[in-house]
Amino acid sequence: MLKSSVIVAQEIGKSFGDFKALSDVSLTVHQGERVVVCGPSGSGKSTLIRCFNGLESHDVGHLTVNNVELFEDAPQIRQLRQDVGMVFQQFNLFPHLTVLENLMIGPMKVRKLDRAQAEATARKYLDRVRIPEQADKRPAQLSGGQQQRVAIARALCMEPQVMLFDEPTSALDPEMIGEVLDVMVELADTGMTMVVVTHEMGFARKVADTMVFMEAGRIVEISPPEVFFTNPQSARARVFLDQILEH
Amino acid sequence: MLANRPLTLKRALNSPPVAVSFYVVVVAAIAWVSYAGAMQMGYNWQWYQVPKYIYTFTDDGFQVGEILTGLWATIVLSTASFILATVLGLCIALLRLSGLVVGKGVAIGYLEFVRNIPLLVLLYLFYYVLGPVFGFDRWTAAALTLAVFHSALISEIFRAGINSVASGQWEAAASIGMSRAQAYRYIILPQSVRFMLPPLTGEVVHLIKSSAIVSVIAVAELTTVGRNIISDTYMSFEIWFTVAAVYLALTLVLSFGVSIVEKRFEAAH
Repeated sequence: MLKSSVIVAQEIGKSFGDFKALSDVSLTVHQGERVVVCGPSGSGKSTLIRCFNGLESHDVGHLTVNNVELFEDAPQIRQLRQDVGMVFQQFNLFPHLTVLENLMIGPMKVRKLDRAQAEATARKYLDRVRIPEQADKRPAQLSGGQQQRVAIARALCMEPQVMLFDEPTSALDPEMIGEVLDVMVELADTGMTMVVVTHEMGFARKVADTMVFMEAGRIVEISPPEVFFTNPQSARARVFLDQILEH
Repeated sequence: MLANRPLTLKRALNSPPVAVSFYVVVVAAIAWVSYAGAMQMGYNWQWYQVPKYIYTFTDDGFQVGEILTGLWATIVLSTASFILATVLGLCIALLRLSGLVVGKGVAIGYLEFVRNIPLLVLLYLFYYVLGPVFGFDRWTAAALTLAVFHSALISEIFRAGINSVASGQWEAAASIGMSRAQAYRYIILPQSVRFMLPPLTGEVVHLIKSSAIVSVIAVAELTTVGRNIISDTYMSFEIWFTVAAVYLALTLVLSFGVSIVEKRFEAAH
């Protein structure tokens, strides 16, 4: 079955002043595909994923998400962001709202659902990330792992077609990484299209359809995980894997 | 441990009986110097005359005196000016943060203009220049002057408050499809209130105090009332002390009220 492509990046580039964060990056993500992006820090992984929902804009090349061509201040960006969920390294929950309100505010103010519908959606996804009992707490009262699960639920409440994860477990204490990855694995099992920037190679092995390795703003290797983990095609990926898998 | 600490001069001065008596001596000295000075210039104290300017009891019951009427006028003027200043200040802050070159230019121009001319000159501009042109009466000129002057300061409070919200909050709001206006309204402004409340209280107190300046164009507020009483009675010492005490009472009550609100806010977070 030929699956339609959700994200198509064609030779995109992005500079911050003199620093080339991305150059000549081409990547296609298909419907239902799970792509894991890894690479040393500063290699442009986060910049790339942030381009996919318009938080950064690329300077050159073409980027199409859900058949919408993205460019700076594109009028369709807001519409697009409703269909592309994003999970941040630092959770970025809204501290002045309760957990339930964090989940409801997008559906109510952006999707214009009424309160009852928004609450039903919020409780459904709060169940999905297995913290229904925390609904009335404030984010600051939760552990890091719980906060990140709320952040995942908040993104899911918008009923997105693609989920982007920007190092979702990097800010967590080690004992909380597992609970977040479990939720992400379950999400992958539902067939959600996912692009995940992470160093969690165990997770990558379990869910990835495609591994992307980046260095210095370029994609060095795109391989299926069985190839990437056993016989990486590029020397740089081999060194990188040795470094992170040793420990 | 405590007993072993050497008895320093600082500790001795801070022990409660010494500190209290020290305080009483300082206050008494100030009072005595003022009193002695007044006596030396042959000042005739008439404190017994003062209460009737605050309130009187007649056959009709409690009557509000001129000072309380003036206090009420100050409260009304300050409230109106503060509301207008807040609206203007928010607009200026949003313009400044809008990312539009012209918006930013207008905001900075306004800010520098208002901040760098004396309040008194601004008042004369509104009363003697803009007043006749646009047909303001003296009260409107006074309220607009105070509003414009304080809007510049308030816009900086808003800007600082908005900038203290972490940038990740903007990104999170954008990532669920919110517009900039929605992000401000539902995410950024509610969080920045906490940062803005303490300096805004200071600004209200500042505004109440600077409202005294409108007495130079004879707007009937507390300071004007004080001046009028003195020109009738020559009781400058008593009346200015009383007027100062009334301002002090007003601003202290206000600060105390806001500190309670702030505590509630802190508790909610």
